[in-house]
Amino acid sequence: MIKITINTKPMTLDVDPQMPLLYALRDELKLTGTKFGCGAGQCGACTVHLNGKAIRSCVTPVSAVAEQEITTIEGLSNNKGQLGESEMQIAWREFKVPQCGYCQSGQMMSASALLKEKSKPTDEQIIEAMQGNICRCGTYKRIKAAIKSAAENTVAAQGVTS
Amino acid sequence: MTTIKNVSRRSFLKLAGISSSSFVLGMNLPITQVLAGTQGTLATAHELNFFVSIANDGLVNLICHRSEMGQGIRTSVPQIIAEELGADWDKVNVVQAQGDAKYGPQSTGGSASIRNHFTTIRQMGAIARDMLEQAAANIWQVDKAQVQARNHHVIHIKTQQKISFAELAKHAAKLTPPKSEEVKLKAITDFSLIGKDVKLVDLDDIVAGKAQYAQDIQLPDMLIATIVRPPVVGGSVVSFDATEAKKVKGVFDVIALKPRSIPVNINPLSGVAVLATNTWAAIEGRKKLKVAWQLGDKQSHNSETFKAELVKKVNEKGQHVADKGDVYAHRYDEKNTVAATYTVPYIHHAPMETPAATAVVTDDKCTIWAGTQAPQWARRKVAEELGIKKEDIDKIEVNQTLMGGAFGRKSKGDFIVEAVELAKITKRPVKVIWSREDDIQHGFYHSIAANYHKAELTADGNADFWLSRNAYPPISWLWNPDAKTPSDFQLGLGFADLPFELNNLAIEKHEADSFVRPGWVRSVACINNGFALGSFVDELSVKANISPRQMWLNLLGTDRLVNPSDNNFNYGNYDLDLKAHPLDTKRMKHLINLISDKANVEVKLPENQAWGISFLRSFGTFVAAASRVEVVDNKVNVLEMHTAVDCGIVVTPDRVKAQMEGAMIFGLSIALMNEISVKDGKVEQSNFHDYPVARINQAPEMHVHIVESDAPPGGIGEPGVPPVAPSITNAIYHASKVRIRDLPVNKVFTV
Repeated sequence: MIKITINTKPMTLDVDPQMPLLYALRDELKLTGTKFGCGAGQCGACTVHLNGKAIRSCVTPVSAVAEQEITTIEGLSNNKGQLGESEMQIAWREFKVPQCGYCQSGQMMSASALLKEKSKPTDEQIIEAMQGNICRCGTYKRIKAAIKSAAENTVAAQGVTS
Repeated sequence: MTTIKNVSRRSFLKLAGISSSSFVLGMNLPITQVLAGTQGTLATAHELNFFVSIANDGLVNLICHRSEMGQGIRTSVPQIIAEELGADWDKVNVVQAQGDAKYGPQSTGGSASIRNHFTTIRQMGAIARDMLEQAAANIWQVDKAQVQARNHHVIHIKTQQKISFAELAKHAAKLTPPKSEEVKLKAITDFSLIGKDVKLVDLDDIVAGKAQYAQDIQLPDMLIATIVRPPVVGGSVVSFDATEAKKVKGVFDVIALKPRSIPVNINPLSGVAVLATNTWAAIEGRKKLKVAWQLGDKQSHNSETFKAELVKKVNEKGQHVADKGDVYAHRYDEKNTVAATYTVPYIHHAPMETPAATAVVTDDKCTIWAGTQAPQWARRKVAEELGIKKEDIDKIEVNQTLMGGAFGRKSKGDFIVEAVELAKITKRPVKVIWSREDDIQHGFYHSIAANYHKAELTADGNADFWLSRNAYPPISWLWNPDAKTPSDFQLGLGFADLPFELNNLAIEKHEADSFVRPGWVRSVACINNGFALGSFVDELSVKANISPRQMWLNLLGTDRLVNPSDNNFNYGNYDLDLKAHPLDTKRMKHLINLISDKANVEVKLPENQAWGISFLRSFGTFVAAASRVEVVDNKVNVLEMHTAVDCGIVVTPDRVKAQMEGAMIFGLSIALMNEISVKDGKVEQSNFHDYPVARINQAPEMHVHIVESDAPPGGIGEPGVPPVAPSITNAIYHASKVRIRDLPVNKVFTV
């Protein structure tokens, strides 16, 4: 039995400890928003947050995240806890980033982890943080624009509250 | 819109309240609870035709019968219907069609959805609108000409009285639909939805992580299958040892798939399947499986030596494709002649979602969930597999999910037949999943190809005595093992449809054998033909010492409509009427000028930087591309890219833009990095480390310029791709004086 907090809810998983987190999420917990893309940590489609930091769930055994906090796309929210309303998701909708959409959960998870670390990332920092996420449809231009917009809106929102 | 929904004809009728109360839709879909919210309105909807039904609350359900792979067709098709219907987009619900011939052609490829079906899709909306208008006219007891559907109501023009679609639906549904050719379509100038950016149908679900792809299907009691396939096409299983595999907890069984033979068709490749109760167990079991293979005679194939053979061929006289005047009687003046050979390697689609399909097979029914570009073709293949007769095809239900990219790969239903084969044996629901390695090593590849061009410059900066040849394994080999040359239709893809004003021309083809499965990759033969043509025009401009823009303009010549059939060629024009979709040199020249002006390609740039341009009309659409590159220390950086597109009428402008942006990145991958190599019959690449595709650090500044037009619509998914690679390699030449004639660029430069 492995205990993990997933999207703020404590969960218990009865799986092979070596099972990558990706399959535990998808097969066991039916959280299919996190995607399989390569199985080798090369494409970023499976990106989730481990204690707020982006990790590739396809190469992370469940045992390695025991007793820790995982956030998936289904758990992404704004600071009021409204699901699907994170600044990043709002920006993704505004810039109509997705085409096929398959890689976009991973893209948004990488992007929102970046924003937690660097509230106003430079172009170079965006590229560095996002180059592990492949989009075969080629939505990179809009990904960059959406991240910049989300960063500005986040900074602006924090400016209002502080 | 919560998730992608499929409704069969029968259940749609039931939903429309026409049939009995036995409601089966929920059972057919994996996520029943998601549907619960919409059942109320759907169940009481009134069907006006296969594509349109309206609920009592006014919600309009529109069928999208084409397959979504990222091009936005689940927005554009309903948008066209809603336009003619006079519906309010905010009150439209999109329902995905199953694979069924009653919808007409559903095969979503060749960028055909709108260019080939624009009128019929409009008619579906117009028929329903006509019925609503008739219903309102009956109520007011006036002539139908005095009423008009607008914004979800029918209005009595004189009195401005109005009745809502909600109220009219039940009356309209009782009327006999008018004939499609008798309904009046809107004037283009009256369009209020077509040409506007509406809310995208699947956007919210995708952003919330709720969109459903084939990989996401979950059914009770389902087994997950992963298959190890023969490493060489035409190979087979000699024996296998599953002892260790079966010891893995969760592995249910290990099953040899039935042997398959050549012609490979779109059949599975055979192999051995490991089935388990979860994905990880299936993967772990597969690692422990031991298989002995018979590799077959395709193991003689080596792509490097094969390419050399193709190059040798195209430098020799070939078989006639098209001709004009007499090229062979001419004695070329060597100092004014340019001749060059261009090659592209095997190229793979690598969609982010690898192929996946789920099947349930019972004694009298087969239910499938898959992301497929060709649901009716898949249905026919499954019928063949199960021995189901044509008249019993309704026993097979193909439910369509979103596709996580496709680019041509998912037109082939091999992975669907695999799921059916295993579901039949196990009598349980089976989801077949492909690993990335499976995807890259067992694809349907864009064929390795060689193209040759030769022409002599004239004194006025034009060219003549044009000679073109190509050689590559044809896609028809899938069905016909004796096929060695492309069909005339395929040769019309940027090769024998040369639009230049020449007096003497010879176009020829050569035979080529096939060793791996060939397939349609986004823009198909326009990849190699467009690369060769775009490069060669640039080489001519260098030799003529004029700008590439001027070279293109000179070659295109006077304003005229080109008919490639005039050159003794059977031109297919992408299945489009040549009158409605002409090869118009005026539109071509406009794009050459537009891209050159918008990108400002003749401006002086810093040292080591340069612009390159190219152009191709493909799939009924005209596209020019410009790329600015920098070459420093043997490294190529693509700094800026532009695309100018004339696709006639634009339905969803933002998605046209998105497709052009995506095509620039797809073309960038082809130009810089994409290469599948084959050694001893086996694909050498396996994942993104050795089959790299463009990442965000390689994505340049990008601009899209859309030409306003009321010409009939052309295709959009593919036409953006062909001019991109040559625009990049031309720019590399102008920046570095290194001419890349053999793709990809990373054989010469760091990228």
